[in-house]
Amino acid sequence: MEYLPNIIFTLLAVASIGFFVKNVKKLKRNIFLGKDIDRNDRSKERWANMFRIALGQSKMVRRPVSGFLHIIVYVGFIIINIEVLEILLDGVLGTHRLFLPLLGDNVYGFLIGTFEVLAFLVFVSVVVFWIRRNIIKIKRFWNKEMTSWPKNDGNNILYFEMVLMSLFLIMNASDVHFQEINIGNPISQFLAPFFNSLSTESVHFVERTAWWIHICGIFVFLNYLYYSKHLHVLLAFPNTFYANLNSKGKFPNNPTVTKEVQTMMDPNADPYAMPEEPEGEPEKFGASDVTDLNWVQLMNAYTCTECGRCTSVCPANQTGKELSPRAIMMKTRDRLEEVGKNIDFNKGSFVDDGKQLLGEGYITQEEIWACTSCNACVEECPVNIDPLSIIMDMRQYLVMEQSAAPQELNSMMSNIENNGAPWPYNQMDRLNWKDEA
Amino acid sequence: MNVPTMAEMMTQGKQPEVLFWVGCAGSFDDRAKKITKAFVKILNNANIDFAVLGAEESCTGDPAKRSGNEFLFQMQAMANIEVLNAYEVKKIVTACPHCFNTIKNEYPELGGNYEVVHHTQLLKDLLDTGKMTIEGGQFKGKKITFHDPCYLGRANDVYEAPRELIRKLDVELVEMKRCKVNGLCCGAGGAQMFKDAEKGDKEVNVLRTEDAIKVKPEIIATGCPFCNTMMTDGVKNKEKETEIEVMDIAEMIANAQDL
Repeated sequence: MEYLPNIIFTLLAVASIGFFVKNVKKLKRNIFLGKDIDRNDRSKERWANMFRIALGQSKMVRRPVSGFLHIIVYVGFIIINIEVLEILLDGVLGTHRLFLPLLGDNVYGFLIGTFEVLAFLVFVSVVVFWIRRNIIKIKRFWNKEMTSWPKNDGNNILYFEMVLMSLFLIMNASDVHFQEINIGNPISQFLAPFFNSLSTESVHFVERTAWWIHICGIFVFLNYLYYSKHLHVLLAFPNTFYANLNSKGKFPNNPTVTKEVQTMMDPNADPYAMPEEPEGEPEKFGASDVTDLNWVQLMNAYTCTECGRCTSVCPANQTGKELSPRAIMMKTRDRLEEVGKNIDFNKGSFVDDGKQLLGEGYITQEEIWACTSCNACVEECPVNIDPLSIIMDMRQYLVMEQSAAPQELNSMMSNIENNGAPWPYNQMDRLNWKDEA
Repeated sequence: MNVPTMAEMMTQGKQPEVLFWVGCAGSFDDRAKKITKAFVKILNNANIDFAVLGAEESCTGDPAKRSGNEFLFQMQAMANIEVLNAYEVKKIVTACPHCFNTIKNEYPELGGNYEVVHHTQLLKDLLDTGKMTIEGGQFKGKKITFHDPCYLGRANDVYEAPRELIRKLDVELVEMKRCKVNGLCCGAGGAQMFKDAEKGDKEVNVLRTEDAIKVKPEIIATGCPFCNTMMTDGVKNKEKETEIEVMDIAEMIANAQDL
């Protein structure tokens, strides 16, 4: 019976980490449903980007208030996790504050003191975040795509953090021995007096309860990630690493089209030659579903934490159009999840469900055609997500597979085909301006 | 105005230093043609050895690609590259950021490798090397704001060349709240120029013009024929055309030089 808590703890830890790993595998499987794209070049620049943008949060602080608060929560999250290591070891070994005798009062006190200050600052920041979302109602948290789940998801994360930080401080405040040492309790010493009136047994009970709820909360939070926008805490790193490094204006050239055009323009090509039999299915141009996108675009969708900075700078969205770059990412993730579940349900293969990412319930053509390709969303994203690339792939599908461009664009394109300009002017007149008054 | 074509140059056995890619707007749009002429006047005045393709130029394919027609884009691109390579073109200057972006970024993979500069970059170069001087002239002391074209700014990180030229005109350069990397689009990119906007509550160019009006400029400077059209329409929409002029930087420099 003496080892019962250790056993329960170990089982809990193994179960929660196991479940998390299972979901990570599913996440990876889903991401690699996307097409291959080579993003392993220029590794130096990639590492630099990851350090600067993900680890260094360089793009977050472009909005100083949320950026500063986010850095506090981020630093707190990482550093307080050192304490989780001790908690895990204590849980498995049945020890209490294992590191205290190993590090000595002063070093241990310094560490825990730092964690306490951070926990307090994280708590305050998270409260401010909650106020910004729910009281000040900052517009980007209330756009159309922020339906009940995305809103609740955002708040749930804040509640989790508030509760976890409070429990950490209560746990320290109700630890009589730790308070007696009186080093490393810069915050919890102010909470300790609340427990003075309680009996020693009761205070111990409070301390144990806080300890258990705290670590169980962490296990739950860990497993909440996969179902939440909060996945960005992990995916921001690979996402910035594998992000596009070229000029933002450079859109990829489709190599299949290049081959076709080269053959057409080759004066030595035999016009009567039988076309080569294409291997397998003919390639589909552009994207109408998640599996037509590349894996980086799919990883983008899982990385998006729905902050809405992209949408807040989108010229189309600001002028009341349907398009919201954030919604493009959210719908991509939703559809990808749906496809993933379909594959799980059908034992490893996707069975056509009559749905597509570009279509009913997901992305509409109206959204796709409202984009000005201005790259503001791409520039703004704190973790280098590229909604524009998805929009452009969908335009390619609409035009090359469906011939479904708006009528005016069809006229523009036939002008280019016929007379080499988007307007119906004769190519021979291109130099007329020279002699005009 | 001296505007030699590549074909003429070739018959004389000459190879110009730089090809001026005029672009469709610069060739056909009445407003943009004024920018083209202003730029040519500056080039002539600075004795720059340049030529144009004239009737051999064709759309770069930018609006086709941004509309999703990759096939038409590559047809245009490869046909243009064939012409450019036949003339052994090394350096290209253009007053259109869309042409600039496409030729610079999307042509190399298709066999078109050139040094491509925006006209503001070339003008800044002329200034730096002493081939051109700028004095304020009629613009001295005027309040001017610069609207960053998306395909020059965010797409290619060119922010300073146009601003340095403007500052040389002895003007008061005032920045809009959203500028440089944060600049707001004029609403024309991504082939929007050629279609009506989707349903909304405002036009993008009007929103951008409101940004500009807030800093009370006498001139909105641009470096893109499409931005120019959009901002001009925006100023008209706001009934400010008597107070605010929309000008390309090349036009301002040509005017300042009394060309």
